[in-house]
Amino acid sequence: MSNATPWLSLAIWTPIVAGLVVMATGGDRNAHIARGIALIGAIAGFLVTIPLYTGFDRATAAMQFVELAPWIRTFGVNYHLGVDGISVLFILLNSFITAVVVIAGWEVIQSRVSQYMAAFLVMSGLLNGVFSALDAVLFYVFFEGSLIPMYLIIGIWGGSNRVYAAIKFFLYTLLGSLLMLVALVFLYYAAGGSFSILDWQQVRLPMVAQVLLFFAFFAAFSVKVPMWPVHTWLPDAHVEAPTGGSAVLAAIMLKLGAYGFIRFSLPIAPDASLYLAPFMITLSLVAVIYVGLVALVQADMKKLIAYSSISHMGFVTLGFFIFNAYGIEGALVQMISHGFVSAAMFLCVGVMYDRMHSRLIADYGGVVNTMPKFAAFMMLFAMANAGLPGTSGFVGEFLVILGAVKYSFWIGAAAATTLIFGAAYTLWMYKRVIFGAVANPHVAELEDIGRREFFFLALLAAAVLAVGIYPAPLTDVMHASVENLLRHVAMSKL
Amino acid sequence: MTLGSLVPAYAEIAILVAASLILLIDVFLPDRLRGVTYALTQVAILVAALASLVVVQLTGTRPEFAFSDMFVSDPMANALKLFVYIAVSATLVYSRGYLAERGLFKGEFFVLVLFALLGMMVMISANSLLVLYLGLELLSLSLYALVALDRDSKVATEAAMKYFILGALASGLLLYGMSMLYGATGTLEITAIAQAVAGGDANRMLLGFGVVFVVAGLAFKLGAVPFHMWIPDVYQGAPNAMTLMIASAPKLAAFAIAIRLLVNGLLNIAVEWQQMLVILSVLSMAIGNLAAIAQTNYKRMLAYSAIANMGFMLLGLATGVVGGNLYSAIDAYSAAMFYAVTYVLMSLGAFALPMLLSRAGFEAETLEDLRGLNRRSPWYAFVTLLFMFSLAGVPPTVGFYAKFAVIRAAVAADMIWLAVFAVVMSLVGAFYYLRVVKLMYFDDPVDTAPLRGDLDLRLLLSVNGLAVLVLGLLPDGLMAVCLASIRSLVV
Repeated sequence: MSNATPWLSLAIWTPIVAGLVVMATGGDRNAHIARGIALIGAIAGFLVTIPLYTGFDRATAAMQFVELAPWIRTFGVNYHLGVDGISVLFILLNSFITAVVVIAGWEVIQSRVSQYMAAFLVMSGLLNGVFSALDAVLFYVFFEGSLIPMYLIIGIWGGSNRVYAAIKFFLYTLLGSLLMLVALVFLYYAAGGSFSILDWQQVRLPMVAQVLLFFAFFAAFSVKVPMWPVHTWLPDAHVEAPTGGSAVLAAIMLKLGAYGFIRFSLPIAPDASLYLAPFMITLSLVAVIYVGLVALVQADMKKLIAYSSISHMGFVTLGFFIFNAYGIEGALVQMISHGFVSAAMFLCVGVMYDRMHSRLIADYGGVVNTMPKFAAFMMLFAMANAGLPGTSGFVGEFLVILGAVKYSFWIGAAAATTLIFGAAYTLWMYKRVIFGAVANPHVAELEDIGRREFFFLALLAAAVLAVGIYPAPLTDVMHASVENLLRHVAMSKL
Repeated sequence: MTLGSLVPAYAEIAILVAASLILLIDVFLPDRLRGVTYALTQVAILVAALASLVVVQLTGTRPEFAFSDMFVSDPMANALKLFVYIAVSATLVYSRGYLAERGLFKGEFFVLVLFALLGMMVMISANSLLVLYLGLELLSLSLYALVALDRDSKVATEAAMKYFILGALASGLLLYGMSMLYGATGTLEITAIAQAVAGGDANRMLLGFGVVFVVAGLAFKLGAVPFHMWIPDVYQGAPNAMTLMIASAPKLAAFAIAIRLLVNGLLNIAVEWQQMLVILSVLSMAIGNLAAIAQTNYKRMLAYSAIANMGFMLLGLATGVVGGNLYSAIDAYSAAMFYAVTYVLMSLGAFALPMLLSRAGFEAETLEDLRGLNRRSPWYAFVTLLFMFSLAGVPPTVGFYAKFAVIRAAVAADMIWLAVFAVVMSLVGAFYYLRVVKLMYFDDPVDTAPLRGDLDLRLLLSVNGLAVLVLGLLPDGLMAVCLASIRSLVV
């Protein structure tokens, strides 16, 4: 189904071109111009993704808004874009978060503004490319290309240990994706000379090949998710990254890994996926429970949210590998919800950090007395992080637990402990930071959030509540594609 | 014996005449008019490029022989020559201001560069062991002299001595191997050697020994482990401009003689040399990348990076023939050619960078000198970032497709373990390229002097950087050229 307007290309290239224009504004003398262009670019980037949702045909699982043009003929690589009900939502999410992050960085970033804004815009375009690429090489180019801006964001605007965090982030993810590259080339020959991901889903492969491919993809995507035990780069990266970097990292980049599992691992190696499901479920449960406990003892707020992210993403991978519609749809909703909630939590920490220059829980206490509006927003996001009904966090977790119980009662029961741990670490942190008596003179001097901060927190709050109260607009889009995915997985490809 | 048509050698004739003329003209020019020599040299290269285009026009895609079949002009020769012109011309532009500041902007430099260029062209077009050797020696002797051009520099003289002695040893090995090939097949002509080998009447043992020596000689010239030790010493010791000259275009010539000897001549016994190339490739990737991590000198780091990159290039050469079957040979060899061409493009920029940072009395060559480049000049920091990510093989730069192509060749040859090893080694390599980016972007500058102002250097470096990016977005044309070049060789 081709469309007259190449909306997907616009979604990819609008922010990239805007980013290059922003970069051309040069030094910090022109910072206000850079900010203005960046905001226009980010909003334009979001607006061009809206037709993807409004024009989306919910009845079909086929790829929509398809664009196909030969790109590298000598390698058999095409510029092949398209979205289904699984990927389309992430493009919207990503473009939305980019706009929020640009606003959030408005006053906070004072050095090398044009480079900062350009990095986020270019990364936004590349990430949209990852979610819409249907050609494996194109996917890989976007997937790995998006490492470069994030590496720079962490390294240039990050905290004191930023160099270590940036290099660790880059090398960890690069190792995974390089192994995937070999798998992609292998599949090219297995599929008789095609890099089309859709063709690959029809290829018959022996079990050994499937298992090896599964592990190659696992290397790339588990690092990105990140799954326990290859998660250690994430707390470092999150703690050192600037607020905007943490938000995009948690909201979007982690989703690339989960997206990779449903786009590559499940449909291309279904038999291996079924065979290795217990392995994946075990790792996911370890992430949910053990990493949840690790989050409990963190003294640094950003680290706590980072571990909470790993725990939540464990829920997502759990949802994928129980192979029923509840699990997968729940996982997808959880991904979207986590996109909003984790971005919001990091931005909240950012708001406090900008004032106090500390992320340590111990340095705070009684913030509600000086920042009541802020405390209200953070309350909502903390509740969503804990999975309170009525917020977006609840829908996904509930569906995944439902699916897990259907698969096996005990797995469901183990997964449900997240509701306890999640509430414990989030609310305990919230209590220590926000409530109580004013802890020290610095807290007493805090100013409540201004209009700009109110605006972006309100945007995220609206999204969190909307998804929590009425998730149907999201799930309706997914149904057909998820059923199609389950059909693929159920079909042996041996 | 007739000479036949001279068409295939038009470009070589042009360069030879130009080099001789420039040698004469330069003697009569006062120092302040040295720019004329420079301009004439560039014009000579341009004329040669036009001559090559005329040759392409006249011969089309079929191979055309000259000088009693000792010299050949085919699509690969013409394509590689065009890339060599670009590389040498760029080297001259990059070096102009740098040399002038150091009193090395002399007529000898240009004449030596032109003779080196002629040597490379002869190597690329050689169809006889003897011609190939003559081209190689012409190139090598010019390069030895170039490295030693800065007579007062102790390190440069030492580098030149090392280069000369080890280079002579390598030439000796190659020559010894060639003599055995001659003994086994009774001919010096490469296409005739191929026929003799295919016919099966060549002495296999003698042939085998010959191949060993030839491969060792080639490995020396390419700088593959364990014949690599001259590379770091010479790259580091030679003045920047000479390093740039050694590190760029000659790689293409070395690739060409590897193709001429191994593919044109000895494709039928590929089993014998492929195994050797696999070992060279694995060792080069491992030792090149690991040793580069430990370097503090930017040029020396790039030297080890060059070794590692040649390892990747060899991956393409080593995976062409699978079980006596040639079905993936074109893909594999064109992947290697693509790798060589793009590596030269990247190394031109990477080795030119120190010249942007150097000034009279100050040689930028350690990694520390790159500190905080983003604060001094965001644009050149970005350009360098492109070179580094391209060398590391990260998309969307052209270096990614180079690695992608050779890994594809390895997988097609069912050598998946080799592909996995290669990607792991490129991960190791990524570390030290990332460290360069880290120094430029994450650290504050130590040296805050303004960068060199030469407009030609700045402009070319920008174009070079953008070429790495644009070819990364649209690599199809270059890959098609490489495919067409190789297709005419392997039938």
